[in-house]
Amino acid sequence: MSGHHDVSYLAPKDTLWKTIWSWVYTVDHKKIGVMYLSAILLAFFLGGVAAMAVRLELWAPTQTVLERANDGTVTPVTRGVFLDPGIKENGKEVPPNVWYNRAFTLHGAIMVFLFIIPSIPAALGNIFLPIMLGAKDVAFPRLNLFSWYVYVFGGLFAIYSILAGGVETGWTFYTPYSTTTEWGATTAMVLAAFILGFSSIFTGMNFIVTVHKLRAPGMGWFDMPLFVWAVYATAIIQVLATPVLGITLLMLVFERLFKIGIFDPALGGDAVLFQHFFWFYSHPAVYIMILPGFGIASELIAVHCRKRLFGYKAIAFSSIAIAAISFLVWGHHMFLSETAAANIVFSGLTFLVAIPTAIKVFNWLATFYKASISWNTPMLYAAFFIFCFTIGGLTGPPLATLATDIHLHDTYFVVAHFHYVMMGGTVLAFMGGLHHWWPKFTGRMYNEFWARVASVIVFIAFNITFFVQFFLGTQGMPRRYATYDEHFQLLHQISTAGALLLLVGFLIHAAVFAQSLVAGAKAPKNPWGGLSLEWETESPPVEHNFHREPVVTHGPYDYDTVVPAHVDPRDYPLPDPAEVRRVHGDHH
Amino acid sequence: MSSITTKDLTADRDLLPWEAYVPGHHWRNAEDEAEGAKLGMWLFLSTEVLLFMGFFTAYAAFRMKFPGNWYEAAHYYLDWQIGAINTCVLLLSSWTVVMAVRAAQLAKRRQILVYLAITNLCALFFLATKLILEYWPKIQKGKLPGANFAYTGEVQGAHDHIFLSVYWISTATHGFHVLVGVFLISWCMIKAAKNHYGPKHYTSLENVALYWHLVDVIWIFLFPLLYLA
Repeated sequence: MSGHHDVSYLAPKDTLWKTIWSWVYTVDHKKIGVMYLSAILLAFFLGGVAAMAVRLELWAPTQTVLERANDGTVTPVTRGVFLDPGIKENGKEVPPNVWYNRAFTLHGAIMVFLFIIPSIPAALGNIFLPIMLGAKDVAFPRLNLFSWYVYVFGGLFAIYSILAGGVETGWTFYTPYSTTTEWGATTAMVLAAFILGFSSIFTGMNFIVTVHKLRAPGMGWFDMPLFVWAVYATAIIQVLATPVLGITLLMLVFERLFKIGIFDPALGGDAVLFQHFFWFYSHPAVYIMILPGFGIASELIAVHCRKRLFGYKAIAFSSIAIAAISFLVWGHHMFLSETAAANIVFSGLTFLVAIPTAIKVFNWLATFYKASISWNTPMLYAAFFIFCFTIGGLTGPPLATLATDIHLHDTYFVVAHFHYVMMGGTVLAFMGGLHHWWPKFTGRMYNEFWARVASVIVFIAFNITFFVQFFLGTQGMPRRYATYDEHFQLLHQISTAGALLLLVGFLIHAAVFAQSLVAGAKAPKNPWGGLSLEWETESPPVEHNFHREPVVTHGPYDYDTVVPAHVDPRDYPLPDPAEVRRVHGDHH
Repeated sequence: MSSITTKDLTADRDLLPWEAYVPGHHWRNAEDEAEGAKLGMWLFLSTEVLLFMGFFTAYAAFRMKFPGNWYEAAHYYLDWQIGAINTCVLLLSSWTVVMAVRAAQLAKRRQILVYLAITNLCALFFLATKLILEYWPKIQKGKLPGANFAYTGEVQGAHDHIFLSVYWISTATHGFHVLVGVFLISWCMIKAAKNHYGPKHYTSLENVALYWHLVDVIWIFLFPLLYLA
């Protein structure tokens, strides 16, 4: 109707002050998504720095253990190479192992709570879920903005915790160590995770209602893009699991502040109860982390294969199935502290997860068959995702098997397994999605050649870094140790070298994105030939997403029925003469 | 937004706020918006239920661990009569809050205000009873949760402090929800006074009422578990 909704959402306002205000006070889901994206990329960088610190310390098997002499005095045998600044806290010198613990805890806590959980839903989901549904915004725009501020507030707590001495409990905050450790600022980090949980809940609620109530006319449930299905399934888990983490962390804070004793065995409490509570959230949270990645993979594969996705409904329902099963498997984190009967049940339920997951992988692979694949960066990432995620997925069953888990529990095998799922799965899918939708939400193309180079480097470096960790684990290298037996050194050094190469890959990616923002070519409406609604609007989208409310007449992957044989999908939708007149005519 | 003209409201007076209500720009109509808001509220209530599940799980775990001590402690430290009175008060408030919604549907502004005021009085009575008759005597006697529990005078067993931990954190979290409810109901009263609620639009009032029912329902579970253990 009025003209100003027809300008790009990125267009600056009259004055600089108004432009800044239009961001910090925006209720536009696209701007909020971009703000989330900036924040999570910063978190990814911080978590990456901590990861590099961990890998550098593991370059050499330096003995950093403490030795107790016969007369009772405790001395470090030798000092850590990199992690021994000799700083005193509360009058005592911080032992090198505490520094190492802090490095891997920061890596884990930041990557999990500040990066991966919000990464795809809150950033890419926020920008694209409403557009893919043909909506003008999410259901509750102000709640959406509020959730971003809650996220930033939680992030500030996390940063305070780092500055005030860090945390050395691991990101899981296991009791009784987390209630008894004398080092660092554990309470602040626990509160940070508690606050970030609210941000996650609000995003999830918003998405569920948006999907239920704001689909464009003509869009049934099975006309939704699979990314929307995946984010919807994720939102269900966010809403139903996160409150349990909230109350758990709150009880942990009470435990630290008031010594309520519920998790403290010395007072008759139960430390394992904390693990049950924690994993009742955090195992479903693993699927909060990976399900949106599945959704992105589905989009990338269909669009860059220019082909109807094989088994649409099977993929959609498998997301819901994974969400449902995710609530039933938390006990597999405590195989060593449960009864045999409980172990058998949890082991069996854990195997169930493999079924819907495999359904997805086979459907993606089937889509490749006789497809006209363009091997640009998003598609490369989709292929890398399938490769790495499959390795990550197939190393799950050995951990779900009781007999093998006794051996592999808490070793580098577990570290490698979840990095193959979380990084090889989610992060690679996230990078693919970022490249896929970058032209749409920034309005700029990126340098395809260098992006491809970087993606190949990231893929190779990722595998170098983590594949050797499977061997480390099966040979008995425990996780979370700063020091190790000398015969592990070669494998650790390969892993560290891979991590450095990974850093190079991500730096090239950063340079490619920076170059695109500064001097990238203007992006067309539909650079890849996608059929879902986001490709029908401008790049970048206008303020209310579409010039007119879209009416859905075909499914998101109907390449065989919608696009005439002689038409390149990139030219789709064919320009509507009325639309052309409206946009380019002199209607002012 | 420019003024709204409605066919059936052609009186020469200014429209009341609820009559002139316009839904958010991204909604097709006010009905969709109200349904969306209600669905959002139900989702939020499910998170609340799961949040309190943490306490109920802790309750179950420790009751199984210390069954005898649990029974003795519940009967010794808690007075079921105070709990029963509070239960009745909350049930009454649940009824009045429904009647407030009904009054909004019938466009009876004064009735909305009266029913909400009674609801808030019930909430304040509940909080006052809790603080004056339950929390304060316990604080004076040192019957605090966990390590701060004073094992002096008559005690019921070795794990009284764990029972009181569960009692304190669950009732305090519930009490916090009651307090939030007082603010929400007061906010609704202000909106009602300004004529924001009527048959065409009463979404926030209905959602606050839903929240209030949840606070009530959680108490209905806490009361027998703790006081009638």
